Amino acid sequence: MSAHGNTYVPRSRLAKWFESRLPIVGLVHSSFVAFPVPRNLTYFWTFGAILIAFLGIQIITGVWLAMHYEPSAKGAFDSVEHIMRDVNYGWLLRYAHANGASMFFVAVYVHIFRNLYYGSYKAPREVLYILGVVIYLLMMATAFLGYTLPWGQMSYWGATVITNILAAIPVVGDTIQSLLWGGYSVGNPTVNRFFSLHFLLPWMIAGVVVLHVWALHVTGQNNPTGIPIKSSKDAVPFTPYATIKDVFAVVVFMILFAWFIFYQPNYLGHADNYVPANPAVTPAHIVPEWYFLPFYAILRAVPSKLGGVILMFSAVLILALAPWLDTSRVRSCNYRPIYRQFFWVFVGVCIILGWLGAKPPEGGYVIASQICTAYYFAHFLIVMPLVGLFETPTPLPGSILESVTGPGKQVSGSGMPAGAAAAPTTKG
Amino acid sequence: MTIRTLLAATLVAASLGGALVAAPAVAEDGHAPQPPRQKWSYAGVFGSFDQGQLQRGFQVYKEVCSACHSMKLVAFRNLAEPGGPGYSAAQVKALAATYQVKDGPNDSGEMFERPGRPADRFPPPFPNDQAAAAANGGKAPPDFSVLAKARTYERGFPWFVLDALPFTGYAEQGVDYIHALLVGYEEPPKGTEVPDGGHYNKYYPGHIIAMPNPISDGQVSYPKGDDGQPVVPETVDQYAKDVAAFMAWAAEPHMMARKALGLRVILFLIILAGLLYYVKKRVWADVGGETHGLQPELHKTF
Repeated sequence: MSAHGNTYVPRSRLAKWFESRLPIVGLVHSSFVAFPVPRNLTYFWTFGAILIAFLGIQIITGVWLAMHYEPSAKGAFDSVEHIMRDVNYGWLLRYAHANGASMFFVAVYVHIFRNLYYGSYKAPREVLYILGVVIYLLMMATAFLGYTLPWGQMSYWGATVITNILAAIPVVGDTIQSLLWGGYSVGNPTVNRFFSLHFLLPWMIAGVVVLHVWALHVTGQNNPTGIPIKSSKDAVPFTPYATIKDVFAVVVFMILFAWFIFYQPNYLGHADNYVPANPAVTPAHIVPEWYFLPFYAILRAVPSKLGGVILMFSAVLILALAPWLDTSRVRSCNYRPIYRQFFWVFVGVCIILGWLGAKPPEGGYVIASQICTAYYFAHFLIVMPLVGLFETPTPLPGSILESVTGPGKQVSGSGMPAGAAAAPTTKG
Repeated sequence: MTIRTLLAATLVAASLGGALVAAPAVAEDGHAPQPPRQKWSYAGVFGSFDQGQLQRGFQVYKEVCSACHSMKLVAFRNLAEPGGPGYSAAQVKALAATYQVKDGPNDSGEMFERPGRPADRFPPPFPNDQAAAAANGGKAPPDFSVLAKARTYERGFPWFVLDALPFTGYAEQGVDYIHALLVGYEEPPKGTEVPDGGHYNKYYPGHIIAMPNPISDGQVSYPKGDDGQPVVPETVDQYAKDVAAFMAWAAEPHMMARKALGLRVILFLIILAGLLYYVKKRVWADVGGETHGLQPELHKTF
């Protein structure tokens, strides 16, 4: 994070003493105070802050829940109900944690689609972007593990379906499966292991988030025009401008979160998960949480188990290739009239895949899943490379400032010290 | 990314997908009909449990359902806690004492029975699930503790979207289903075979349910009003509503506290967001104001 110099000047003798031994205050200062932010960022750029808030909420509520939860096949379901009934504000902790996971995914999907729309994945932000895909993968693993912990019917059967999927992996599949199971089927050792892993993964997410933020502060943020910061007039310092905007956006998002916690706490879950796990009774439909539904539809689109597994993992991993699949020289879809249409079709296809994932895998649903799955991959493998080659982008504004004020107009100062914004642009 | 573009794209995509799946969606017809929607006093943001109804529902549970259905996670003391049926501590103590609870081992290593205490959970009617299944034609009757949250029915598009929203919100699918199930026993239509030990129910998925019709009109005597008449009609419909409401409370004993806290939290967040908005506006005024909206740059004409 030292890429654009350290503008922090310690004032007191203690601060000077400390800074010369561990320059962490300077690090935070250059990353969250003096950091130059494009002045034209919209609310789509506040979701990073919202996601960090949710990582914090999930960890805090999760640690508290772990104090009362019993990771065993016999005790898990009742201990969750013990939290709901007997622990002071236990219902609040648990509903916040369960709905927090959903809100986390709402925010991450806005964050990802914003990235795809504005071409934020393109050079020089490839590593930043791939770290984001890694976080997304870790989030999915964490959410899946967490959903198994209440040990209801959906927990049990979801765990069974997903661990059986892993067994389809050639050579190592069976070993992975029995390692996860801790035996020959999903059972008591499985809950125990999943609890341990569910506690571990969020800290890994937190670690990758630090790298993600670090990479962000080397390359600087993208913005709605997709053109880099060229002068200090294009930027404002992170604090107070981005800070106050992020705080405002987080609070607004919390209203949505609170609505679900207090008035629709079970809306995003499944009624079947209030039935204790029963290996002898299979639920009518085994359905994952809503945020996995598009991938579930892709998994079931092909009749072959191994084929489905490969497609499902590819659907996530192909995201990481976007920086090299996209051939356009222009980042932002705002200046890409043709690709912009394809982008929205892609969003629509993802939504339909989600809907299909909730439907039974039969008849027309399977055919529709196959068509949508094919389109999903075609978007990355055909549309992204080809449209970039043939499309004529509309003219870009001369600078970020010009996109805000119009050409040739002057605005009052940026609040950025002259030259402070120069560093990230050299790489843009 | 305007809302209009998003809607248009979704519609185009949905009609593409919809054309393909219309056939199986229709073919699925023949499932149980949707339970009729009832009015519940505790529904919505400002809803609260009707104490009289919870007490009547508990009476139905105690006199009828509890012969087969356990309620293992609910303690006697819960009945006296705020936001519930509103029994007094003394009433609960007396009620608990009418139950025999298994305890032990004592100093000589023996298990023994003793009168219940408020801290005890409701003792189950059968010693274990196997005994419950054996006594009930091979299928153990489900525990009542969270049953109201464990049952639902599919609402379909677009209703499930409206169900999540303020004003059109709907979170009582489980109790509506339970009420419908209790009033849904009827003669099987011609040509429907009902196997031994099965019973025809209009609202049960697949229609053949193991539980026989559990309750009939006049079976439970409700408290009388000043005129000597029961406060509410002693009908299956009313019993079903009352016991379903009681089950909603048993599944979620802190629902009233949740809704009350929610209102305060959301009002606080709205006020805080309003104040922050003006702080932000003031801060950004120093640099000539910020760009507004989600995608202002897309609508610029220069």
